[in-house]
Amino acid sequence: MAKEHPVKIEAHDFNFHYGAKQALFNITLRIPERRVTAFIGPSGCGKSTFLRSINRMNDLIDGTRVDGHMMVDGTDVYDKEVDVVTLRRRIGMVFQKSIPFPKSIFENITYGLTLNEKISKTDLEEVVETSLRKSALWEEVKDRLHHSALGLSGGQQQRLCIARAVAINPEILLMDEPCSALDPISTGKVEELITELKDTYTIVLVTHNMQQAGRVSDFTGFFLMGSLIEFDRTRTIFTSPAKKETEDYITGRFG
Amino acid sequence: MSNPFRKQNRHPGEWIAEWSIRLIASASILVIFLIFVFVFREASSLFTSQNETPAPSTSSNGQPVSEMVPESYGGEPDVYNADVEEPTAAAAESGEEGAPGQFIYKPKNPKYPEIYNPASGLLPADIDELPEDHIAETEPEQRELFSNLTSTTWQPVGEVPKFGIVPLLIGTAKTTLIAILIGAPLGILAALYVAFFAKRWVREIVKPGIELLAGFPSVVIGFFCLVTVASFLQDVTGIPYRLNAIVGGIGLSLAVIPIVFSIAEDALSAVPRSLHEASLALGSTEWQTAYRVMLPAAAPGVFAAVLLGIGRAFGETMIAIMATGNAPLSTWSPIEPARTVAATIGSEMGEVVWGSEHYGVLFFLGVLLFVVSFSLNAITELYVKKRLIKRFQGQ
Repeated sequence: MAKEHPVKIEAHDFNFHYGAKQALFNITLRIPERRVTAFIGPSGCGKSTFLRSINRMNDLIDGTRVDGHMMVDGTDVYDKEVDVVTLRRRIGMVFQKSIPFPKSIFENITYGLTLNEKISKTDLEEVVETSLRKSALWEEVKDRLHHSALGLSGGQQQRLCIARAVAINPEILLMDEPCSALDPISTGKVEELITELKDTYTIVLVTHNMQQAGRVSDFTGFFLMGSLIEFDRTRTIFTSPAKKETEDYITGRFG
Repeated sequence: MSNPFRKQNRHPGEWIAEWSIRLIASASILVIFLIFVFVFREASSLFTSQNETPAPSTSSNGQPVSEMVPESYGGEPDVYNADVEEPTAAAAESGEEGAPGQFIYKPKNPKYPEIYNPASGLLPADIDELPEDHIAETEPEQRELFSNLTSTTWQPVGEVPKFGIVPLLIGTAKTTLIAILIGAPLGILAALYVAFFAKRWVREIVKPGIELLAGFPSVVIGFFCLVTVASFLQDVTGIPYRLNAIVGGIGLSLAVIPIVFSIAEDALSAVPRSLHEASLALGSTEWQTAYRVMLPAAAPGVFAAVLLGIGRAFGETMIAIMATGNAPLSTWSPIEPARTVAATIGSEMGEVVWGSEHYGVLFFLGVLLFVVSFSLNAITELYVKKRLIKRFQGQ
């Protein structure tokens, strides 16, 4: 297991309810720092719900309820003292669909930064360049930073969203099926990016694509019907899974 | 072998329904078109009839106005006496001197006829005191329609009617401006609140509630302003005029708010929810998300809402008649009464002489209203849609 690494996120008997329907059952796991952790599982198994529980995006849905603990750096994020805005500033998120704001590329990246503080233009330009370089987009867009972000291609938009998340300098990067709407070339670029970013960030990745989990992740969790079936090093999961269900899923017998 | 693609026999009811729908639709489009044609035609009579035929305008005693204006003072007193001593054919026929519609005039002093001079606005008493050169100045020249329309006096039923539309335009602009300054921010803020902040049950009460206000009879709003708002405002501020442009503007804003709210709310709700999530995930508060992401994204729609609100305030009649004080003053002061174009048409069209100059001017005002409202709607439709498409599809 992940014992030799410092733990960044820790769930302990975590349960999640959408109204009367329970979506997560007693999830207990520890996500190591500065590694890529992938969650796999069939649709509706709760992996996205778990991911969105880490930065409390599920708060936006009416009638949800949690119990158990979700610790980030040893603090329960569902504690009453926790300010959800501050929490989200430390946890970047990339969604399945690329959602650039209808603003310029420059404004998209600086959006998170300029929310609470005034930053000089030169500093902003520096952050934009660094973030775009990190997300391997700089060469493609450096000449049109002040054009609308909606003019970019789908793959570029998704990398822009990653740049936007990286720009606020978070510690954790949550990615909810970031490549599911992308073509193989763009997927390759995003995966390359994930591998580069894991030196700086703790990355949690939800994916439908098992090959992708195998390619980019260090640890893999397998979800089924709202329960975490197995969590281990990716190599172990893919070569000698401990549970029958994991093996069935990975070898393609279902799901 | 029968043809598998043989024409099926249509049900006759279906055929009838289809054709009646076509017929009714074309008829209604034709009717709308005819309304425009009619309004423009009536207004155009104002310009065409002026030069070709004598102006159809009449004074209160039935005498054509143009003939009542004396050619000069003092020089040819017999002009007036002639009128008296030689009754017109119409009076002769009726066999009765001083029949209705007959201009009877008996000057005490032929030099200074004892009548009100409509061209100079002077009473006979003043004439004695006037220096000679002033009298010369007041020699009435041919009244130009254009200079009459652009003058600053609206006295359509005077001896010489004055159709200065400037005070009406100022009054309309004044009340519309006040209405939109009050209505637009309130409507937009209410839309923001309902679209993003309100809990679901609050939204379900507030949204239909405000939209219900849009169907509120404007006469009720007018009455409310006339009675309650006007008194309240006067008690609080001590404004000398009880009914003024502010009261009217408040009344109009009550009509504007539901329109701005409902269209702005639609525009804000149409912004993809994912933008909302993306913004929150970057660590912004709900409020920052609302005004930095959602409002700009919905800006074209919100702009449309404000334009349509202006259109509503501009064309609203009943509230304007009841709450503005209805005095055609050429002042921009908001605490003085105002009279709007729509209120003028609404209150005067009912008693205007058909085909008179006044009638033509009222239709001209109607055309003005129509053109402005039409332009506002056209801008909304064309410009805003283009902007929206551009915004959501990139360059």
